[in-house]
This record gives sequence, C-alpha cells and structure tokens, in this order.
Amino acid sequence: MATDTARRTLVVAGNGMVGQKLLEVLVERGATVEWDIVTFCEEGRLAYDRVGLSSFFTGTSAEELSLVAPGFFDSAGLEVHVGDAVASIDTEAGKVVSTRGTRIAYDALVLATGSYPFVPPVPGKDLPGCHVYRTLDDLEAIRADAQGRRVGAVVGGGLLGLEAANALRSLGLETHVVEFAPRLMPVQVDDGGGSALRRRIEDLGVSVHTGIATSEILEGPDGRVCGMRFAGEDDADLPVDLVVFSAGIRPRDQLAREAGLAVGERGGVVVDAACRTSDPRIFAIGECALAEGRIWGLVAPGYQMARVVADRILGGESTFGGADLSTKLKLMGIDVASFGDGFAATPGAESIVFSDPVANVYKRLVLSGDGSQVLGGILVGDASMYQTLVQMVRGDMPTPPNCEELVLPVRTGDGAAVGMGVESLSDTAMVCSCNSVSKGAICAAVQGGAVDVPALKACTAAGTGCGGCVPVVTDLLKLELRKAGIEVRNNLCEHFDYSRAELFDIVRVHRLTSFSQVLADHGRGLGCEVCKPAVASMFASLGVGGGYILERSQAPLQDTNDHFLANLQRDGTYSVIPRVPGGEITPDQLIVIGQVAKDYGLYCKITGGQRIDLLGARVDHLPEIWSRLIDAGMESGHAYGKALRTVKSCVGTTWCRYGVQDSTSLAIEIELRYRGLRAPHKLKSAVSGCTRECAEAQSKDFGIIATEQGWNLYVCGNGGMRPQHAQLLVEGVDHDILIRTIDRFLGYYIRTADRLERTATWLNKLEGGLDHLKAVVLDDALGICAELDAEMDRHVAEYECEWAATINDPEKVARFRTFVNSDEPDPNVVFVAERGQRRPAFSHEKQEVRSS
Amino acid sequence: MTAILDTATLTWQDVCAFDDLVPDRGACALVDGRQVALFRVSPTDELFALSNHDPFSGANVISRGIVGSKGDVPKVASPMYKQSFDLRTGTCLDDPAVSLPVHLIRERDGRVEVAIT
Ligand code: SRM
Ligand SMILES: Cc1cc2nc3c(=O)[nH]c(=O)nc-3n(C[C@H](O)[C@H](O)[C@H](O)COP(=O)(O)OP(=O)(O)OC[C@H]3O[C@@H](n4cnc5c(N)ncnc54)[C@H](O)[C@@H]3O)c2cc1C
Ligand code: SF4
Ligand code: FES
Repeated sequence: MATDTARRTLVVAGNGMVGQKLLEVLVERGATVEWDIVTFCEEGRLAYDRVGLSSFFTGTSAEELSLVAPGFFDSAGLEVHVGDAVASIDTEAGKVVSTRGTRIAYDALVLATGSYPFVPPVPGKDLPGCHVYRTLDDLEAIRADAQGRRVGAVVGGGLLGLEAANALRSLGLETHVVEFAPRLMPVQVDDGGGSALRRRIEDLGVSVHTGIATSEILEGPDGRVCGMRFAGEDDADLPVDLVVFSAGIRPRDQLAREAGLAVGERGGVVVDAACRTSDPRIFAIGECALAEGRIWGLVAPGYQMARVVADRILGGESTFGGADLSTKLKLMGIDVASFGDGFAATPGAESIVFSDPVANVYKRLVLSGDGSQVLGGILVGDASMYQTLVQMVRGDMPTPPNCEELVLPVRTGDGAAVGMGVESLSDTAMVCSCNSVSKGAICAAVQGGAVDVPALKACTAAGTGCGGCVPVVTDLLKLELRKAGIEVRNNLCEHFDYSRAELFDIVRVHRLTSFSQVLADHGRGLGCEVCKPAVASMFASLGVGGGYILERSQAPLQDTNDHFLANLQRDGTYSVIPRVPGGEITPDQLIVIGQVAKDYGLYCKITGGQRIDLLGARVDHLPEIWSRLIDAGMESGHAYGKALRTVKSCVGTTWCRYGVQDSTSLAIEIELRYRGLRAPHKLKSAVSGCTRECAEAQSKDFGIIATEQGWNLYVCGNGGMRPQHAQLLVEGVDHDILIRTIDRFLGYYIRTADRLERTATWLNKLEGGLDHLKAVVLDDALGICAELDAEMDRHVAEYECEWAATINDPEKVARFRTFVNSDEPDPNVVFVAERGQRRPAFSHEKQEVRSS
Repeated sequence: MTAILDTATLTWQDVCAFDDLVPDRGACALVDGRQVALFRVSPTDELFALSNHDPFSGANVISRGIVGSKGDVPKVASPMYKQSFDLRTGTCLDDPAVSLPVHLIRERDGRVEVAIT
C-alpha cells in the first residue's frame, strides 16, 4: 500500500451515516486516484439508515435499511474493516491502531464516530431489562426482550424517546414516557405544542409523565427490572418490565481526548470551519464534532460536514457555516415540525398562535415585528404548510400579506387552499436539505431527461434521505414537464389514448353501452385484458344493462373471476364467499354453509374479512352450490369483483360495555347499501362502536367510528401492500349526513381514479388532497353532488344479486361447464388431505395428469 | 408452425355447435384426451384452437382468458398470471421461448370441428 510514494492514505474512523456519505462523495469526486482510503466500522454491519431505524419494528429489514450499495467498497477499491474500531491515534507518528491490532499510517484521518446515548447515572441502570435506542443491535435486543413482557417505559420525552415509545407500543407493551422537563420534545416545541402533542400521544394509549425525575430503577426478585422510582416525594413507584433510556446523546470523543485533541467543555471534538480538529491532519464530522460551538444532532448538517471535508481533502476551500435545524417528523402518525426561530427569540418578534384543543392541532407562526417576514414556527398535528413556511423563513419565497392564513385552518367553500405553489420558489431554494439539492438542480435534471421521481432520485439524490421533500420534488417534476409542453399521459393501454378517468367521462357523457361502440368511436384494435374489464367495470358503475355484469355483450369483457362470479385458484378451481353483512350470521346459515361444503368437498376457512371462504369448487358445480346458498337466504359476497367487499363491524352497543352506538346495525346497513358497487379497485369498510376501534375502521377505504356526538368518517386507508391510515373526512355527523357523504366520496372516487388504484393511492395523487376532497363532497365545489347522489340512488334501487340473476337464466348456467363436449371434470385437478380437509396437490404430489 | 401438413391424414372431430361459442369468450373441448381451448373472435368470427394448459401456472385455464390484440396480433391472456399468447401460433408474447401447441379448427354446417396436430 505504501509502495507508491505519490499515493496518500486516508483513514476514516466510523462507518455511520456521515462516514459513509464522506466515502460516497470522495468516490464520486475521484479521490481514489490519489488516495488509498481505509475505513473502520465498529458495528458488525456497514452503514445503515439510522434516521429510519424505527421502521425496523414495522417490518423494514436490516438489508433494506443499508446505505451501502452492494459491491460499493470493492468496485471503488476502498478498504473496510467491519467489526473493528480505531482504538488509538498516535498523532506524532500519524498512525492509528485498531482494536484487532491493525496499524495504519495516515496522511489524513477523519473521525466520524457519532455519538452514544446518555444514560443518567441512576442506581439500577444496568439491570437486565434496561436498554438504549441507537443501533440495530439495540433494537434487536429490545425486540427479543419485549417477548412476554407487559409494561415498558422510556426515560426521555424528546424526539428519540417518543420514537422508542412508539416502538414499545408496537411491540404490544403498555407504554409510559417519563420526561424530566415540563413538556414533551422540549427542544423543538413550546408549551402549547407540547400539550397538543401530549394529548395526541395519550389518545394513542401511551401514558405521559412530565416534570418528574427518575431516581432509581428497581430490581425484582428475578434480578431484572421490576419498576421505577422518582425523585418527587408524591410520585408513586411505577411497575415496569422493561426500560429504554433515551435521555439525550453524547459525542463519542474518547479517541480524540486520549490523543490530546481539543474537546469541548461538555464534550465533542472541536473543529473549525474546515471541520479540522486542533491537529491539522485530523478532521471530525457528524455527531462527534463540535462545530460552531455546538453538536448538530441531525443528519443533514452531518452530510454538509462530510461534503466540506471531502472538498478539503481534494484541495478545496469549502467551509461549514452552521445548518438549518428545522425538523419535520411524523411521530406515531402525528406531524410535528419546528423551524427557524420557533421560540420567537428575535427582538421584536411577534407570534400568531392557532390552537384547536378538540382536534389537538397547535400552530405557532413567528413573524418579524412588522409582520413582513416569517421567522419561524412550531406545528403539531398538522404540518402540511411546513415546506412552504420553511422556504419563507429562508427567504426563498416571499411572505404573503395576511400570512396568518397560513396557519389558520383552510376555509372550505372558496375551494382554493391558501399557500403558494412551487412556482414561487427561487432557483436557489433548498428543496432537499438532506442532500443539499436546490430547486434549480431538480429542474435542470428534469430538463436533462429525468422524467419521473425514481429517475430524479437517482440523478440528484433528492428525496433519498428522510424523504420529507418528495412531495415538493414531485410537484417540481410536474411543473417542469408541463412547462416543457410534455403532457403527463396516463393512457389505459395501447387501445385507448385516454386515462381511465377520461374514458369514464366519455362513456358516461355519451351514454355508451357496448365495448365495440367504445372501441370503434374512441379506440383501436381488439381491446385486451386491461381495457375490457376496465370498461366493463365502468358499465357496471353506470348501471348499463341494469348493472348485471354477465349481460350478453358484457360477459366477454369480464375477467375470469367476474365471469364465473368466483375467484380462480392456483389449480383452476374456484372459491365461493357468500356475503356475511357486518360479520353477522345465523346458526341456520352456518349449517347450510357447512352442509354445502361437505356435499361438494369444499375446504373451509374463516377469511381475514369476517366471513367464510369455501375453496376448491369445480366450475360446473358453482351454479348448484349457489342455488343452495341463495335458498338459505345468502347472496354473492363479490369477493371476486373490484367492488365492495366486506364491512367489518364490532359488536358495539348490542353487547359491548364500552359501545356508544350500534355499530353492527350500521355496518349491515352500509354493506347492503353498497353491495355490488363496482369501482376501480376493491372497496373495504368497517364500523367500530367506540374509539377502541376493534373493527379497524381506520385501515379501510372508508371507515366509521362511533362517538357520543355522532359518527366520525375516515377515508382512504388500506392494509395490504402499502398500509396507510385513513384520514378524518367528517366528524360527529348524524346518520343521514354520514351516508350522503359516503355516497359522494365513493362516487367521486369511481369517476376519477385510475384502474386498480385504491382510494389511498388515489387520494395521495389527488391534487389538493384531503382539502380538495372535502370541498368536493361537503361543499359541492365542483357542482356534481346532485349527480353523484342520483347515481348512488340508482345503484341502490337497481341492485340485484348476480348469482340469483345467473342461476335463474338457463343460458347463463350452460356456460358453467368444464368442457363443451363432455361432462368429465378436469383430470388435472387433484386434491390431497390436510388437517381433515382437502387442498389442491402440489405438482410433486400428483402424477403428471396432463392432457395436451 | 409452418411444417407442411398432410391434411388428408387429419381426422377432424366434431366438438360443438358454432352457436355454442360465445363471441370473444373461450370454451374448452376434450379431444382424444387433450384439452383444447376454442375461441371465436369478433368482428370476423375467426376460429382458433390452442392447448388449454397454461405452462406458467400448470393449470388448465387458457380457455378462460380474455381475448384481444397486441398491435396486429390476435391474442389471449391467461387468466392466472396474465401472460399473452398469439392465437395463431401459440407463441407467448411475454416470453417467446414459451409457446402453446396449436390445433386446426374449422366450421362446417354450423358445427365446429377440431383436428389435433
Ligand atoms: C380469502 C382472503 C384471505 C383469507 O384467507 O383470509 C383473501 C384472499 C385473496 N386476496 Fe386478500 N384476502 C382476504 C383478505 C384481505 C385483507 C384483510 C381484510 O380485508 O381485512 C387484506 C388487507 C386489507 C386491505 O385490502 O386493505 C387483503 C389484501 C389483499 C391485496 C392487497 C391490496 C392492496 O391494496 O395492497 C390483494 C391484491 C389485490 O387486490 O390487488 C388481495 C388479493 C386477494 C386474492 C383475491 C388474490 C387472487 O387474486 O387470487 C385472494 C383470493 C381470494 C379467494 O380466492 O377467495 N388481497 N386481503 C381474505 C378474504 C376476505 C373476504 O372475506 O373477502
Ligand atoms: C432512532 C433515531 C432516529 C433519528 N431520527 C432522525 C431524524 O428524523 N432526522 C435527523 O436528521 N436525524 C435523526 N437521527 C440522528 C441521526 O441518525 C444522526 O444524526 C446520524 O446518524 C449521525 O451520523 P454519524 O455518522 O455522525 O453517527 P452514527 O450514524 O452514529 O455513526 C457513527 C458510527 O461510528 C462507529 N464508531 C464509533 N467509534 C468508532 C471507532 N473508534 N472506530 C470505528 N467506528 C467507530 C459507531 O459504531 C457508529 O456505527 C436519529 C437517530 C436515531 C438513533
Ligand atoms: S396474503 Fe397473498 S397468499 Fe394470502 S390470501 Fe392474500 S393474496 Fe393470497
Ligand atoms: S429533505 Fe430529507 S430526503 Fe430530501
């Protein structure tokens, strides 16, 4: 390594977020031409996304959190020592020695050792059951230890403490947060914000104790944590099984201290504007560095330091001049943001405060004395204006007159949301603070051919850090494309130059009733498996053919599931799911279902949607099976259709001691109202009888929660691949308003969504978002409510069970045949027994019974 | 596909009435123990016959797919995982290495006949 005297050696101690950023910038800027770069990574894994650490508890794997592209070190020719740390520095000789004994002479050394969690020196702090929250190893330990425990507490109610509390909650522990300061997140928010935050967190079932100091961790008879004791005399002991300390961070400056480098009074390696320590050959960056007299506990300033040092190593003159500490986060689903001079420290500053104690929203806007300039602010519960306000603080966007409207709730009615679009940003405006990407750079990238968000991320790195800027990046992308005259097309398929929403309007306005007509007038070719079912679904939504989807000219358009009114299984058989409105079912119906299953050898399973699936039915048996179910008063459950599936319910006031309204009756009513309604994607709903939310209404396309004041309607949630919480559309309304609002919401979604776009994705893309949706369905901003109401009334009036319509028509029944010329079943369908029922054989289990 | 067939030696088998086939919707016939997917495609009422066995899922379901076109190619999409096959040649349009056996089909006196090739 040292043979080539022209080459120099750079050692980097620490492969955390900032250390890795340094390596990336160096490689990108060609530093490897002159430098041999060696890095020491104390942890057993290469750099990972610590900011996203908590998502580990919601299923993100360690691999997904990794920040190091596979093969990065090899292809760039860097040396990395994983699981080995720099143990000491000999500044005289310019050498480091590692824990494992590796010695390396350096020409330059960068300390990127980060920080460690501070654990207050209380007795019992090292007992089994005590944890910290910093590394993936810590999280793995917490997860393992939480197994079978009941109560957990977090010491510290700051940003990280609340993340840790959420983690304990998601692990199923009763969770407490203990904060020494009089409010939560004392660094970021003021008292008003702190109490809004507190109420919201308490609503989630987390107990918050502020203004108390932990004095001891108590030991149980089994030698592990059993409780906490507090300094205040009135504070009773809190029994807990698990404790997480999150009481602040301390820079890891030990190495520097021992090497005689200057360190701050309260820790941190002192650096100058070039991020150089008191030894000119040694730099310090990230959370171990004391820059501008402070520790910058966020990743964006760390990245800036990494860029400064990379530049310095390459002979440049960059400096670190401090950074913006504005933060916006989502904690347990709650928006919290603080930016600029949020505490109004500027002389003469004025504050405008908006506080809604019912919705628990708190917003404080700090303005210069003359009101001409936004200086900072604090937002809790609704941070939708964050990006705009931050740009105003930075001077990248002018502060508008009447800027108090920026924090007041949007007045519905005039439709237009206050605030300003991305047009008004200046070119130098910093859009992505994590990666220092300006508006200008993003626009240039779009002009250079990056025409979607993934491409923009790849070429500018914007949006690849905390992700907070992605909405603005997306808006900029659209703006640039529109400016360039590029139409953002969204064609259904090669047969139509229209999006689903456009084609829906064409079919609706021209009252088209056959696919051949739609194709002849507005498309080309023969159609395909994309446009045919899409148009069939439009016909169904619009009530063409009385809404009967197997009406002669429509039958060929249907996917096999809709065509046989059953779901295709992997072996070519079908499943049968009768509707069980609200999950309520009589013993007699259960008996019939059981008897039918026995007679046709069907496998039975309780579904995830509160009903019963009968699987393994032959095509030719479907009509007989359904006749029997229909005779017993059952009907199609539309499990096969892009239509309303189930409306889950809890037992509500009918049985439950906490219920405040009759959720079961409402669920049944809603399920019967919207049954058979065809939509761009499936629709799921639920009704809970109180805020304990046993029916999981907030994870549904539309969900209703009973309150003492009336019904709360949440919309656009889903589980599935990308779970998303539903958002509150209206609150405390009565039955009739509730139903009308759902009618309109569904009608508007059906008209405007893309094919296979569920409500959550639709809302995410809807321009103007929830405010726009409210304006349309509550204030009739588009003047279409009367039409939507009429369309839904027609749907309700015309509804007929598809299975009943089918079994009553011999011509339709004749189509349920395996072969046109034989009554044999498909010999390729072979079952094997499992747990007392039968299931399709896997190929290794059956002899090849193939006929063609 | 272009092998010259000695049509004289083919045996045509009657499978169903022409009207039994719903335009643009498949049906399946059992011919000499083989499952043959039959299609009647509008607007020309042209007939096609392919193997009913979907090589991607291993299930006999091709006859339950949706027919349509890709460019000028008439095709059917398997209902299972949606791969498309050229109705004339059986070639999979998503993976040309895969193809379905095709059979001969004709209409005579209102009846549909298939010859296994
Ligand atoms: C049977 C059932 C699983 C079970 O054994 O419990 C099931 C089975 C299927 N689900 Fe599901 N899902 C079932 C409940 C769910 C749930 C839970 C719920 O509804 O509470 C979810 C998550 C909640 C949600 O949808 O938001 C769920 C999320 C999905 C998804 C992902 C949707 C998404 O937006 O990400 C798909 C794929 C799709 O629809 O495109 C899917 C698709 C399917 C399909 C239709 C896949 C297919 O095309 O073959 C499965 C066939 C069902 C059949 O043949 O009968 N299934 N599926 C459940 C039927 C419920 C019912 O009574 O109708
Ligand atoms: C749960 C959590 C949530 C967070 N959320 C946010 C957020 O939302 N926004 C935000 O901006 N910031 C957030 N942060 C802070 C952010 O993660 C840090 O600012 C950032 O990781 C600092 O990077 P760093 O490289 O300086 O330190 P680290 O990422 O800690 O990396 C330092 C690495 O150096 C190693 N090391 C230490 N000593 C040595 C040695 N002698 N030799 C070799 N290796 C050594 C350590 O093991 C560690 O792997 C969060 C932090 C946590 C823990
Ligand atoms: S989770 Fe997947 S495998 Fe299970 S039922 Fe749903 S779609 Fe089928
Ligand atoms: S601001 Fe964090 S990724 Fe852009």
